[in-house]
Amino acid sequence: MELNGEQRIAAPRQKVWDALNDPRVLKACIPGCESLTQDGDSAFDAIVQAKVGPVRAKFTGRVELTDIRPPESYRISGEGKAGPAGVAKGSADVSLVEDGDGTVLNYVVKADVGGKLAQIGSRLVQSTANKYAADFFARFGDIVTSAVPIEAPAEAPTPAGAVATRAVTPVAQPAAADDANTAHLRRLNWALLAIIVVLIGFILAAH
Amino acid sequence: MTANPSAPAVNRYFGAPVTRNEDPALLTGQALFVDDLVLTEMWHAALLRSPHAHARIESIDVTAARARDGVIAVYTAEDLGDFWQSVPLVVPPPPIPDLVFNKHTQVPLAKDKVRYAGEPVVLVVAESRYVAEDALDDIVVDYATLPVAADLERAAADGAPEVHDGLAGNVAALAHQAKGDYAAAAAEAATVIRRRFTYDHGMAQPMETRGVAAQFDRKTRRLTVWATTQAPASLRGGLAALLGLGERDVRVVAPFVGGGFGSKLLMYYPEELLMPWAALQLGSAVKWIEDRGEHFLATTQARGQIHDAEMALDRDGRILGIKDVFLHDNGAYNPYGLTVPINSQCSILGTYDVPAYDSTFTAVFTNKPIVAPYRGAGRQHGVFVIERLMDIAARELGLDRAEIRRRNLIAADAFPVKHEIIFQDFTALTYDSGNYQPILERALELIGYEKFVAEEQPALRAAGRRVGVGIVNYIEGTGIGPYEGARVQIQANGRVAVATGIGTQGQGHFTSFAQIAADWLGVGVRDVDVTTGDTDQFYWGAGTFASRGAVVAGNAVNHAAAAVHEKAVALAAEHFGCEVAEVVLEDGAARRAGAPGEEIGLGELASLANPMRGAVKPGTEPGLEATRYFGPESGTTASGAHAMIVEVDPETMMIEIKKYVVVHDCGTVINPLLVEGQIHGGVAQGIGNAFYEQLVFDDDAQLLNATLADYLIPTSLDVPRMQLDHTVTPSAHNELGIKGVGEAGALPVGPLFAQALEDALELPARGVDILEIPLSPNRLWELATDASDGAPEGG
Repeated sequence: MELNGEQRIAAPRQKVWDALNDPRVLKACIPGCESLTQDGDSAFDAIVQAKVGPVRAKFTGRVELTDIRPPESYRISGEGKAGPAGVAKGSADVSLVEDGDGTVLNYVVKADVGGKLAQIGSRLVQSTANKYAADFFARFGDIVTSAVPIEAPAEAPTPAGAVATRAVTPVAQPAAADDANTAHLRRLNWALLAIIVVLIGFILAAH
Repeated sequence: MTANPSAPAVNRYFGAPVTRNEDPALLTGQALFVDDLVLTEMWHAALLRSPHAHARIESIDVTAARARDGVIAVYTAEDLGDFWQSVPLVVPPPPIPDLVFNKHTQVPLAKDKVRYAGEPVVLVVAESRYVAEDALDDIVVDYATLPVAADLERAAADGAPEVHDGLAGNVAALAHQAKGDYAAAAAEAATVIRRRFTYDHGMAQPMETRGVAAQFDRKTRRLTVWATTQAPASLRGGLAALLGLGERDVRVVAPFVGGGFGSKLLMYYPEELLMPWAALQLGSAVKWIEDRGEHFLATTQARGQIHDAEMALDRDGRILGIKDVFLHDNGAYNPYGLTVPINSQCSILGTYDVPAYDSTFTAVFTNKPIVAPYRGAGRQHGVFVIERLMDIAARELGLDRAEIRRRNLIAADAFPVKHEIIFQDFTALTYDSGNYQPILERALELIGYEKFVAEEQPALRAAGRRVGVGIVNYIEGTGIGPYEGARVQIQANGRVAVATGIGTQGQGHFTSFAQIAADWLGVGVRDVDVTTGDTDQFYWGAGTFASRGAVVAGNAVNHAAAAVHEKAVALAAEHFGCEVAEVVLEDGAARRAGAPGEEIGLGELASLANPMRGAVKPGTEPGLEATRYFGPESGTTASGAHAMIVEVDPETMMIEIKKYVVVHDCGTVINPLLVEGQIHGGVAQGIGNAFYEQLVFDDDAQLLNATLADYLIPTSLDVPRMQLDHTVTPSAHNELGIKGVGEAGALPVGPLFAQALEDALELPARGVDILEIPLSPNRLWELATDASDGAPEGG
């Protein structure tokens, strides 16, 4: 199963790239992300709650990043387990392309789902995936274009464990790259994006 | 019936349209189903099922599940100890020469490896189903996924992933059967047609899903199992053996069951084993009720075959021979042996005189749920192949579809017809009796075939309407052995009790068996209480399958009721001091003919037969009771024809069935209302199979439409009114002359749809044959698009 998609974001590529590397942004945009921990240099474990029709799935996801080319593209491959709700695995190539004063985010997902997620039927899954994707990009777009303040972790995002905490406080300022934006953390942020893209991809491609 | 020496003197009910004894309880919600049971200390079970179609189980961690409040027990395959095993075959393979057969039956819980998505891995028993389901979330299973054998042809190819380790090619069975010399027939033929036919997966959707409740009584040391099984006596014997209990210590009850259709037959479904085992471990009761989502994976599925078939004909359209090579998708395990593919093999000969037949099938393991009998049990595929071949042959030879069938029907004086191949009941396939010409002619007459083809269809087509007609024949092997039994007893309250070992799932056994007994004993049909499927009420039996309940158990009831009649009349004669021949049983009493006032109620007579003093004479038995068994030497062959006029909307490819005709012959009819009900239900399921129902798997053998929103079953709006008629050719294999009718309605609907729809869309004239079932509006659109090499023509 293969799925292609693109989303235009009304912000310059570097700004989109930076925002995608800001855990506070991603935290605010990804529906149901409960935790994220690093395991090794380029692998991350995440827990994301998703609801697809009657199936409530708590994904324990693991993603690995390769071919990271800031601010242009990377490849992710991942695997998520959701207990009785099913499993998902796949990979995605994601790229950012400059488009006038905006940026187009392209993704090509190859994915397979198993268990209840596969079985409940493509129509439910499709509409749910559409909603998840729309929600993510709407919030992401709003934040990147500074239309709304974001919610962010209370403490400065440094180690991976801090990102996984659920404590959030509103901040007045839009996210900006800061000195915490280490390579280590950048991967972490990419992992968050990877998870949501893969999830959306899995769901979209489930039929 | 009076001509039959073993029939009662007066037939008041047999053959009459008696309304059902069971309906008041069912319609007022008083009937007991498994899920109605509320037992003391009853826990509830849920099963963690594999999300993968093929994977090694690396580890299972149930620690958190066990710690959850309300969880009583959690079991993996390891916890089952010696109870864990690959279960016995339900049906061993018949004695076909040079048969290849590899037995791989299912296990209660997967150990080491899972072989289909949905296979149970962990059993959780908890205080409620809610807690049990929540505890499933606590379980962590590490799987290492394996390449999947999903597609039937690819699974059979060299180098395919092995469903069962070490079994290259996934061959479950390879069987060749032949009669005559097909090669010679093909060599002399005027034409040989060849086609590839496919028949994809579907499954039964009974209103009641499966369920099992098991209770171990610590004081009596007895295990009672209530199950939706179609074969309670067989399940009882198997459970006792597998659990190491005496057979008398196990009682299996199949109460009211909301539809079976074969899907509830499988003895040793994992849940049927696990609930009794858990009840024994816990010394309490455990209940599991299948939800609809589980049903799609955990209950057996049906169909899935690919046939490469050819037919050799002379220039007059007479069949010289048929050759067929087919693949059968077995799913992950083969507890039924050859049952389904051998039914396909034995159904291809149909109602026709086929001098030479050469058939080879390979049953293939795939990483999909078990494929097992479902109403027709492989016969559909055979009927589809032969009837489609007839249509295509007719076109190639320029013959009318009805005429080519007419020319090839087996002649009425040719019975019994002995084919030289072995049937599912291990005997040589034999059509015991039949008379096919009148059935075909009657169906053609009722549908108005000649007039439709000659006048109505051309006129409608000229007006832009897409209308087509179909006519197909079928045979159905029914009423196979080995045996069933029945006990008939006149009780002290004057009511008659009938018990038999088969289960019942809506067939009307409470009425048809009561009709048989009532006529023998001179009581009203409402005064007969029938018990089915309770092994404490009747110990022996095989089960309800293969359209055999009425045939085999019905004849056992007939024998037993006749024996009770004899006892009652003898005792009454003694009571009256008259000759046996003077006694008649009528209106619930024994009367001395010609002596008004000399009568004794049957209840009182029953009490006389069970005295408190005096002596029951040596060589006699107390009570007015008899138990008898009936085992037919082989099955009995029913037959029929279906015809349909259908209109297709060329824009949407939705269909409207304008007229549907069924003419059938199931021998002597016990109750025409019940027969009509069986036909109606069968046709409805046949329509689902033909046009709505298809299980869609992806390349990883994940089922993608496991909901009733996506797996479409026909509604009342999709099932037409049917015009039914029947002919009667009594079976020579049983005293009542009856043949089975349970599966008949479902068998020929696929080829009927294919024929009528391609006629409506005029596909053959555009070079397209319909060679597959199921169809759908989408698929018709694709076929019509292929035919016109572009967009389908508008209406």
